[in-house]
Amino acid sequence: MFRVTRRYQFAASHRLHAPALSDEENRRLYGKCNNPFGHGHNYVLEVSARGPADANTGSAVDPRRLDELVAREVLQPFEHRNLNSDVEAFRDLTPTSENLAVEICRRLKRSWPAAFPGEWPKLEKVRIAETARNIFEMGAHEIQ
Amino acid sequence: MLITRKVEFSASHVCRNPRLSDEENQRVFGLAANPNGHGHNYLLEVSLEGEPDPFTGMVFDLKEMKEVLNREVVEPFDHRFLNHEVPPFDHVIPTPENIARDIWRRIEPHFARPRSRLHSVRLYETPDLYVDYFGEQPCSA
Repeated sequence: MFRVTRRYQFAASHRLHAPALSDEENRRLYGKCNNPFGHGHNYVLEVSARGPADANTGSAVDPRRLDELVAREVLQPFEHRNLNSDVEAFRDLTPTSENLAVEICRRLKRSWPAAFPGEWPKLEKVRIAETARNIFEMGAHEIQ
Repeated sequence: MLITRKVEFSASHVCRNPRLSDEENQRVFGLAANPNGHGHNYLLEVSLEGEPDPFTGMVFDLKEMKEVLNREVVEPFDHRFLNHEVPPFDHVIPTPENIARDIWRRIEPHFARPRSRLHSVRLYETPDLYVDYFGEQPCSA
């Protein structure tokens, strides 16, 4: 059994602001991340899948097929976008990197069976680094 | 507790299955099937699991770990064309999965001690693609 991990990057902007809170409370809670015009990050995304090596190819995951899936579901919709304005899921949800990890995991899990129709490989986890110091990871099993 | 040591080696390989046609190999492996091969700077991270020895405070002597990794992996693999020079890759496709499994088999016996065992082999083919191998496990979960 192998775990294969592929690393991707995209640049996007966001603003952390909870509509249910006052401006003052938002400033206190999110600090600089609440600045009205937003700010950006070079996000680094790692996607991991697990499975046995195929007898014919010696590969557990076809990286090119994974690349196509991640490009379509994550990189193209998020690259050089404002997450709050340009991504439907964040119209009413604060795009913290926790919520971003959930959204990415949900998108990949939803499209996984079409990209990888067999029993293996299975999506195992996503890990997103907002900066080199802030890293968020979740298992695909955490998404219903 | 896990302890991890990294080593690097540079090697060339070609990924193609001799039972497939050129066109099928191109479809399955893409550029990696180019017949004359290509190379990578592989980065290997080997993790041992164990409890520190109460006398030495160490799970495993890292000097010895370095010697094992150099002798069993770096010396046979570094600056080699894996398909031509490093068995079993004359008949096993040197995908990162198969290389990780072969490295596991080469080094596992050397780390099986009362206080330590090999936990995982992580092989980076590039900074953007790596494989973790944890030994033979049933494909259940």
